[in-house]
Amino acid sequence: MSIVDSAKQAAQGLVMGALQKLVPLAPDSWIPGGKPDPLIARKHGLIGKPVSRLDGTLKVTGAAPFAAEFRFDTMVYASLAYSTIARGRIVAIDTQAAESAPGVVLVMTHRNAPRMATPPVFGTSVHAIGPADLPIFQDDRIHWNGQPIACVLAETQEQADHAAALLDISYAPEPSITDLAAAKAKGLEQGLFMGQPLRNSIGDAEGALANAEYRVDQRYRTPRHNHNPIEPHAATLAWEGDTLILHDASQMVTQQAQSMADVFGLKTEQVRLTSPYVGGGFGSKGLWDHQVIAAAASRLAGRPVRIALSREGVYRTVGGRALTEQRVAIGARADGTFEALIHTGLSVITPHNNMPEPFILGTRSAYAAPNLLLQVEIARMNMLANTFMRAPGEAVGTFALESAIDELAVDLGLDPVELRIRNEPEKDPTSGLTFSSRHIVKAWRDGATRFGWDERPAVPGARTEGEWQIGMGCATGTYPYYRMPGAEARITLLRDGDNVRAKVEVAAAEMGMGTSTTTAIVAAERLGLPIDWIEVGYGDSAIPGAIMAGGSQQTAAIGGAVIAAHGELVAALLKLAGNDSPLAGLSANEVGSDEGGLAKLDDPSRRESYASILTRARRDSVSVTKAGSMPLEFMHWSMHSHSALFCEVRVNQVTGEVRVSRFLGSFDCGRILNPKTATSQFRGGIIMGLGMALMEETQFDERNGRIMNPSLAEYHIPVHLDVPEIDVIWTDIPDPHTPMGAHGIGEIGITGVAAAVANAIYNATGKRIRDLPITLDRLL
Amino acid sequence: MSLIVNGTEVAPPADPRVSLLDHLREGLHLPGTKKGCNQGACGACTVLVDGDRILSCLALAVQYDGRRITTIEGLADDDALHPLQTAFIEHDGFQCGYCTPGQICSAIGMAAEARRGVPSVLTGDLSADITLTREEIQERMSGNLCRCGAHNGIINAIRATVAAEVAA
Repeated sequence: MSIVDSAKQAAQGLVMGALQKLVPLAPDSWIPGGKPDPLIARKHGLIGKPVSRLDGTLKVTGAAPFAAEFRFDTMVYASLAYSTIARGRIVAIDTQAAESAPGVVLVMTHRNAPRMATPPVFGTSVHAIGPADLPIFQDDRIHWNGQPIACVLAETQEQADHAAALLDISYAPEPSITDLAAAKAKGLEQGLFMGQPLRNSIGDAEGALANAEYRVDQRYRTPRHNHNPIEPHAATLAWEGDTLILHDASQMVTQQAQSMADVFGLKTEQVRLTSPYVGGGFGSKGLWDHQVIAAAASRLAGRPVRIALSREGVYRTVGGRALTEQRVAIGARADGTFEALIHTGLSVITPHNNMPEPFILGTRSAYAAPNLLLQVEIARMNMLANTFMRAPGEAVGTFALESAIDELAVDLGLDPVELRIRNEPEKDPTSGLTFSSRHIVKAWRDGATRFGWDERPAVPGARTEGEWQIGMGCATGTYPYYRMPGAEARITLLRDGDNVRAKVEVAAAEMGMGTSTTTAIVAAERLGLPIDWIEVGYGDSAIPGAIMAGGSQQTAAIGGAVIAAHGELVAALLKLAGNDSPLAGLSANEVGSDEGGLAKLDDPSRRESYASILTRARRDSVSVTKAGSMPLEFMHWSMHSHSALFCEVRVNQVTGEVRVSRFLGSFDCGRILNPKTATSQFRGGIIMGLGMALMEETQFDERNGRIMNPSLAEYHIPVHLDVPEIDVIWTDIPDPHTPMGAHGIGEIGITGVAAAVANAIYNATGKRIRDLPITLDRLL
Repeated sequence: MSLIVNGTEVAPPADPRVSLLDHLREGLHLPGTKKGCNQGACGACTVLVDGDRILSCLALAVQYDGRRITTIEGLADDDALHPLQTAFIEHDGFQCGYCTPGQICSAIGMAAEARRGVPSVLTGDLSADITLTREEIQERMSGNLCRCGAHNGIINAIRATVAAEVAA
């Protein structure tokens, strides 16, 4: 981080701080969501009905084009060479053999790369999404083991890969910190998240802990993780004059295009980025070095370029989740209510990024405790910049917190579900805000009944079947509701004979969450049109506004923008309708959309169809664009999703093998818009959580900073036989203060899962495992 | 020398290093077959060769002279989807869709193996006909990774279609 960036982060923190003081005091009606979205009250439409993905046929026939599947005439293929030291300088790169290899068009290194600006690092502006504050191919410096240092372009991929293997690179290594103990010895710093310190202190937590009648005080560790979307990162790009056309795999389309413009000194409109299909992202499909390198090489060679990272290339150049070491200490009275809750510890980042894995975020709103101490500190290591991975913070933070609560329940002799319910807060324990919608107790009760929780043996190790010990565990998951600023929607009504079709365009990303389908469902309801007449445009930087598929906020951001654009559309239509319409004289807030047209809200007999309005106005179409309201609601209310998770495991006493035999997720996430795709999102998060619990670890060689298992053969993720039938239920209670009454659901699924598994393993075996992943050696 | 891809004779690549996967994707412009790891670990590149499932990333294209290769693009019959393709949509057996072509081709090959009596590590009685229980299908499909977590939908789609006739 440069001083300028630190100052920007601090300034951002000040603005946020001021807003956070003022917004809670404003009347509800001043806040977006103060008046419930009218769609919440509509019960008979498509919202809440299972709708199959609208892009399903394209995906099952192989016809959906991904980034590495676009083509340009005269396109060449890129191959990268990666550094093999963690820190130092490139002394020499002998490119002669590579340059004279068959088919080679260009070898690019820092010596011949065009001059480019450093991508603005994430958080330093609205559009900034650079992974680290590091120049790309601009000097001889090495910052991590695996850094790309040369790029070969050739007529075929085989030729490019062969030539890259012929590069002869020599280094001058410099001292590096690749050992966690050494990094800690250099001193810890306070972690900052979005410019604000990751620290909360209320009362005297240590004092209350020391005096508590019951207490647990334990350390938990989680390793590095990689996202591992099955589609490796790739881009196919071409320069048309001074305009860059980029087919990328992106979960932040507009921001990625703007960052490329910043790097190459272009105007916003000189980068066109499309990303219609993304083969999974989970936080990783953003801007990394490869797009910049490929665009620079393309410019130098004068040829369009395809860069498709190898799986190893993804591990070397796309960061993952950082490790954590966490302490959770709870002091409780005999009835289980908390006197003190302490959740502290450290994570690691690099000298050039600022993304401390914020594992206390979920704890801030989880439980009532008069004395709280929460803190994330950081140590810095010379490694690839770590980044956001599904539920950054909560995914690993809930492992420590929810394991500790299970440990306390054992000490107290209390049912762990009951212990959690006894500590349910009335207001947000750290912000003091009112909850917008919190029905976690219902989620616990419904889930416990459905799972058969009362059959759980209270004593560990009490149930065996042959070699197998069987146990049950539970945990709470949590993830906040967010809505980021910058979202816009463009709605265009098009006359088609006697009918009207609608095109709804949002600069959103679709990685399989079902966003395009859900957007069509919501737009159909909002506009009063059949879903077949709705076309959704997304994944294209030419669409106005900026929306990120991150923070589980995309659906809310789109929802807010479509609400705003719809209001604009109603006003535009009323203007076109004129004085001869049954709607004449009505203002926009007296009118809504209904059955293919506009109708007066309290007298639907006063109505006119869209087609009729457009026909009389002699128009073929009408189009409006509008930004969503300022997202102030989550500073006014405490807004979170919740889950109650139940797990049954079988642990083999001979081999230590763990099999998850049953899993139930009971969710409280506002109104569920499309049960079919929502179920898949919940299950997907849970399954990634099973991987985190039992097998996932990015192994980092502390001697030299090299990732040791950069492949899907050696980094294990759950396979079909690891995944039981996963049951999911939800409260379906709308949040009155969000668009559609919905919450984002992409990340909540993974949270709490590792603790539910670990707690079930304890119940099965009596062994408490506090380090992830719980591989069989830890149980022998 | 020629390969028969989805019923059409095509020339092999001039460069013998080209994998069947890269030949399909880059040479024949059939990108429905996916590259997830290029080292046989993920199954995204699964295609059918004379009805057998293989990992096309571990196969050199020139080895397949005269063989009939079916990719995801060749499964649908004119306008009608293969029943397993329809079942994947119905059971939401995917999210991002990137592992999907491999899962579908693999499942078709897997069901054919079971009909032929090919055992898996879970098969108890090697002399009896194979019964594709849920667990047998899970075991036999475990070479096809999915990171979005669509496993339940995938297995349900397979059970409802290609595995139905060899199911318990």
